Amino acid sequence: MSDEELIWRVSGGSGDGIDSTSQNFAKALMRSGLDVFTHRHYPSRIRGGHTYVEIRAAGHEVQSRGDGYNFLLALGDSFARNPQEEAYYGNEEIKPLSENLDELREGGVIVYDEGLLTEDDVAELDLEERAEENDWHVYPVDLRGLAKEHGREVMRNTAGVGITAGLLDMELEHIEDLMSDAMGGDVLEANLEILHEAYEMVGDEIEVEHDLRAPTGEHDTEQALLSGSNAIAYGAIDGGCRFIAGYPMTPWTDVFTILSQNFPDIGGVSEQVEDEIAAAALAVGASHAGAKAMSGSSGGGFALMSEPLGLAEMTETPLVLVESMRAGPSTGMPTKPEQGDLEFVLYTSQGDSSRVVFAPGNIEEAYEQTRLAFHIAWEYQIPTIIIYDQKLSGENKNVDVEFFDREPEPGLGSTLTEEELAEAAHDNSGKFKRFQHESENGVSPRSLPGQKDGRYLATGNEHSPVGHISEDPDNRVYQMDRRMQKLESIRTELEEEHESNQTYFGEDDAEYGIITWGSSQGAVQEAVERLNEQGHSVKGLSVSDMMPFAETEVTEFLESVDEAMVVEMNATAQFRGLIQKELGRFGEKMTSLLKYNGNPFEPAEIVEGYEVNVADEDREPTAQVRIEPAAGD
Amino acid sequence: MSAFNAIGEEREIDRDEFTPGVEPQPTWCPGCGDFGVLKSLKQALPEVGKNPEEVLTVTGIGCSGKLNSYLDTYGFHTIHGRSLPVARAAKLANPEVEVIAAGGDGDGYGIGGNHFIHTARENHDMTYIVFNNEIFGLTKGQTSPTSPKGHKSKTQPSGSAKSPLRPLSLSLNAGATYVARTAAVNPNQAKEIIKEAIEHDGFAHIDFLTQCPTWNKDARQYVPYVDVQESDDYDFDVHDREEAARMMRETEDVLNEGTVLTGRYYVDDESPSYTQEKQAVGEMPEQPIAERYFDEDGEWERSYDLLDRHK
Repeated sequence: MSDEELIWRVSGGSGDGIDSTSQNFAKALMRSGLDVFTHRHYPSRIRGGHTYVEIRAAGHEVQSRGDGYNFLLALGDSFARNPQEEAYYGNEEIKPLSENLDELREGGVIVYDEGLLTEDDVAELDLEERAEENDWHVYPVDLRGLAKEHGREVMRNTAGVGITAGLLDMELEHIEDLMSDAMGGDVLEANLEILHEAYEMVGDEIEVEHDLRAPTGEHDTEQALLSGSNAIAYGAIDGGCRFIAGYPMTPWTDVFTILSQNFPDIGGVSEQVEDEIAAAALAVGASHAGAKAMSGSSGGGFALMSEPLGLAEMTETPLVLVESMRAGPSTGMPTKPEQGDLEFVLYTSQGDSSRVVFAPGNIEEAYEQTRLAFHIAWEYQIPTIIIYDQKLSGENKNVDVEFFDREPEPGLGSTLTEEELAEAAHDNSGKFKRFQHESENGVSPRSLPGQKDGRYLATGNEHSPVGHISEDPDNRVYQMDRRMQKLESIRTELEEEHESNQTYFGEDDAEYGIITWGSSQGAVQEAVERLNEQGHSVKGLSVSDMMPFAETEVTEFLESVDEAMVVEMNATAQFRGLIQKELGRFGEKMTSLLKYNGNPFEPAEIVEGYEVNVADEDREPTAQVRIEPAAGD
Repeated sequence: MSAFNAIGEEREIDRDEFTPGVEPQPTWCPGCGDFGVLKSLKQALPEVGKNPEEVLTVTGIGCSGKLNSYLDTYGFHTIHGRSLPVARAAKLANPEVEVIAAGGDGDGYGIGGNHFIHTARENHDMTYIVFNNEIFGLTKGQTSPTSPKGHKSKTQPSGSAKSPLRPLSLSLNAGATYVARTAAVNPNQAKEIIKEAIEHDGFAHIDFLTQCPTWNKDARQYVPYVDVQESDDYDFDVHDREEAARMMRETEDVLNEGTVLTGRYYVDDESPSYTQEKQAVGEMPEQPIAERYFDEDGEWERSYDLLDRHK
């Protein structure tokens, strides 16, 4: 735990503007030269209900949320004040303060809105006593009153930010700039007044008793604050995607929204349709007719997409789907992350169906792999799936702007031009032999409706080279082998022509390994660093290539360590199961560390898992994680 | 050079061009009404000046789904009930392609019912032909959404307790801008209606009565039929929604009593198609998306240029 970091948690009611406030504050911290990482916790409710956002800021790289936090700004839940007494959500104003105390670190700072919380409420929390025990510094401030005095009550967020900046001894410059970007006129004026007055209260009326100050840092290059969903949307745009169809479902909606908002300006088409079957079928239809198309959903909606997914595979229609996981089964926990849909995504659809599955582990990988997904889908005419989760979807991190400075890839892959079609093989009635090939990689170039000399029939039935329905046994084997060949060809291309999608941490010669996938990557990365600082010999591997599986790299990694712990957010060790299925060995080398309570891993939980499991400490993990022993234990 | 030269190509088009080579031969039973749809379509397409390569036929599953196996255009034989979402997206990706969707009553009114409602509501510029034989044919004779009440089948052995769906009224109310019913036994009318539907700018729904000689033997062969446009007994304005609705209800009522009324029921030439609406609100570019990928001078936006808001 570094003291040179600020982890600022702002808590309030859903709908109170917590998200936008924190987004701006994170940006201000980024502009001041710090690395930032945000983590959002929210209930499945529109207004009211306890929510918080954590911003971790440091002068060094931050890849995950921290362990606990050191500054709480508790704004209260304004929607809890229901005029109708005994409304079902009752009196919850206190929750943003009461619900967050357990994770506040020793020496932490608390600012709460005494304009919203009564003395009696606070008295019930034994706040004084707990503050003394934990060396917390508590500052009650009438944020609501201050906001009302200069503008409207909702501006108490600004008052909270002003107090925060004062207490941390920050400059207001970046915050002011961001405010003038976001608003204007009287609203801006009122907010600036509130900001300054709150800022100046520190020192004037409030005596600073704590040591925590905003860390300092400097960026060599320009930074942008992006979420995983932003990265996926931008990866799609640069991959040439200009058609998206979807049905809203948390957390997939983020990607859908970002593309829908950008497409009018860049000449794309977005369709919100009646259900997820239609959404994926639209993407298939648009792709068939020549658009680079995408659809997606979260687990429950993705379930409906299994039909069009299989259709895309059988008709060899390029397609990119994204699956943004949340805790299941069924509707599960709509706003909580889990990595529980891996097996579902790998094996959705009937028959020996195959698709390409990438599981990006951070913002950069989300961009990179979505771009790659479009390339692979259109080159090999196969569905490609990006699987990620609510955590990666909603977390924000600063990224080097130059990372995105590259050319888009609008090519249609193995699609022929009319000149090429004129030269291609046709049957004696003039039909294009769309599903025939002589190439090594299984790909048979395609045509688009409206092109001369390109007529063929695409069908979800088994079919002949020109697309006629066929149950001929020889043709069946030929076509199946050809389609299955694609995965091997893709594996070869991924290994030989692209940078690896897998990410490694620690020293090559470490004795112990931690393997993870997807959004748990950041916490694992930090845990590996800490364990090595403590004198352990640990390295980490975060895997993104799920299908075709990163066979060579995972094999080499597992061969090189004595034991490995597989870290993932689900209860049935799905990824570890995949490793065993794909590699057929290593069962005795792998232990699992599982978490499925709806919250992502904190680095300390992984460190603790290692200590319990490897250092064999005689205790149970204290956090809500589970150790699943190795197959040989 | 355009990437889609077959679109709008002006030349003399022979009806035989729409027939594939020696294979495949239709697997429809002798006497099947589906032959009538195929024949009418092959006649209509050259007469409206469409050449095979600018037409995309999208079908569902069932006997009807095989239509495009026997019709030599671009074709997409999709999955049960999903022809419409596939078809309408193809139209959005390249509005210059002539899109014709087709399927059966089980396919289109049953499993695909939701898509039918929404495609009609959005008024996509396409033709949708439903082969309505009041039975599931390819799965061997189960009761379909249009089977009459009391219809006995292996899955409803005591006779169906459900009233049949009213496809004409449903599509009118959902928002279709061209609604007609024709029958395989009436090839001249069928051809003319298909031509009108193709030329119509909006969602044109044709409920096409096709007899099933194998699984619906006892059911009517849709003869004799009455053409409501030809008969003096039925005078109504096809542009008037209320009158159209009344005629449709009547048509659907009497079909259960054995009287077959066919013809155009509703034609709305005024409402813009979905493509036009979407372009008008700025949600769709003028140039087809598909065309753009072949445009070597085209400017492609980069996400790098969108990053300002994140800095």
